[in-house]
Amino acid sequence: MSENKNGYGIEITNINKRFGSLEVLKDLNLSIDPGDFVAIVGHSGCGKSTLLRMIAGLDTPTEGSIRLDSKEVTGVNCHVRVLFQEARLLPWKKVISNVMIGTPDKNEATAAQTLEKVGLINKKAEWPGVLSGGQKQRVSLARALAGKPNVLLLDEPLGALDALTRLEMQDLIEKLWSEQGFTGILVTHDVSEAVKLANRVILMEDNNITLDIQITLPRPRLKDNDTNYFEQLILNRLLKIDIEQKELEAGKMDFAI
Amino acid sequence: MKHKKKKNDYKVLLQWIVPLLLILAWYAATNSDAGNTIFPSPAKVVTRAISMLKNGQLLEYTEVSAKRAIIGFIIGGGIGFLLGLMNGLWKLSDIALNTTIQMLRNIPVLALISLMIVWFGIGERVKVIMVAFGVFFPVYINTYHGIKSLDKGLIEMGKVYGLKGFALFRDIIFPGALSSILVGVRLSLGTMWLILIAAETIAADAGIGYMAMTARELMQMDKVVLSIIIYALLGKLSDVIASWLERRLLQWRVVS
Repeated sequence: MSENKNGYGIEITNINKRFGSLEVLKDLNLSIDPGDFVAIVGHSGCGKSTLLRMIAGLDTPTEGSIRLDSKEVTGVNCHVRVLFQEARLLPWKKVISNVMIGTPDKNEATAAQTLEKVGLINKKAEWPGVLSGGQKQRVSLARALAGKPNVLLLDEPLGALDALTRLEMQDLIEKLWSEQGFTGILVTHDVSEAVKLANRVILMEDNNITLDIQITLPRPRLKDNDTNYFEQLILNRLLKIDIEQKELEAGKMDFAI
Repeated sequence: MKHKKKKNDYKVLLQWIVPLLLILAWYAATNSDAGNTIFPSPAKVVTRAISMLKNGQLLEYTEVSAKRAIIGFIIGGGIGFLLGLMNGLWKLSDIALNTTIQMLRNIPVLALISLMIVWFGIGERVKVIMVAFGVFFPVYINTYHGIKSLDKGLIEMGKVYGLKGFALFRDIIFPGALSSILVGVRLSLGTMWLILIAAETIAADAGIGYMAMTARELMQMDKVVLSIIIYALLGKLSDVIASWLERRLLQWRVVS
């Protein structure tokens, strides 16, 4: 990890989250070091996005507490920024003005600097409508980082991009993370993306954490036997559950007959 | 670039071919029978227009009508915009008011004319009120829907970036609803002239509608036709203004 003075530590204790009678998270505990990069993987509906939304202050836990740099999260705040699956740019603002939303004082110079970092300074006077999906997401990343946040939450931001663009974005995110030293939390379906970017991969199943492993590989990580090892480790865990469940269901069927 | 410009010139020309042919046909139909009093020739209408321009009546009537239209539009459109905004943004006022407004919308404004005359007389007020009433609904409904159909993701994004209150309205809610609001404005401009004509024909002492009504009583058909042409021109003018506004305010839509 590089100079991580910027990142905030996150302390999640005994979180429960229910939507009506639906239990999404149950007694979840998680501690994230300042400046760490954590990936959360899991099936759809396992509650990983809900967890992210609660850290962002967009949702509140039914029970339990989330502390950011030892301070209780009570709502959205300027220390945390979110990169959503869709870029969510304002189509009626030029690229540069979209990035300015992310700066604390609506500063054009800061916005231009950040656009430079994501390699899109030449598009600053364009409408978002003319950009490609990957470019939009890069502008969105610039907007998120323009305010130098202490925590960056990534809610499957690369899910809708094509494979090549996704690889480019992964490199960019990794580069900016090591430069700015924020704490990163990435929610993803893609296990190899998790292994490529994160120091630590967390698997969520049945409303809770079922696997928590450190990815000890040096960066930048290329796809090789080492990454394959970790990917397989996580996938085995994910798929074994699937197999068990199928066997269980198959067994039930036999029994019924 | 130059080539494109030329192409556009053709388009402009093409637009005006049909109106031109219509005028020619009109001329041909009325030319043969010089004594036609029911259907005046273009020449007679033009002569009438010139004489009325000279004595200032035409300008005066147009001004009176336009003033009524504009005042009615500002009042009705303003209230429609504010109520649409309110009901779009706040659930409580939405529940309390929307059903009533949707009910009132189904009343044809012209059905209220007799009632309005009894209540407000035949002065300026009744015309302005009727125009305002007619303009209100398209603006209200489109503002309301514009806000209701806003992308929730953008609002959430705004909140993450600390936008709230007026800033959230200025940067996200209003621009997001604007294209729908402008559709409402465009529709209401049509309604505006329609209602004004009716109101002025029934009860007025000045204005284009009044001019048409008195001319009919005196069988001055050229004057009747002239007033119809002026209404058409005013209608076209307001449409041009509306589409200019759309192009100007929704520049970002052209590309996406």
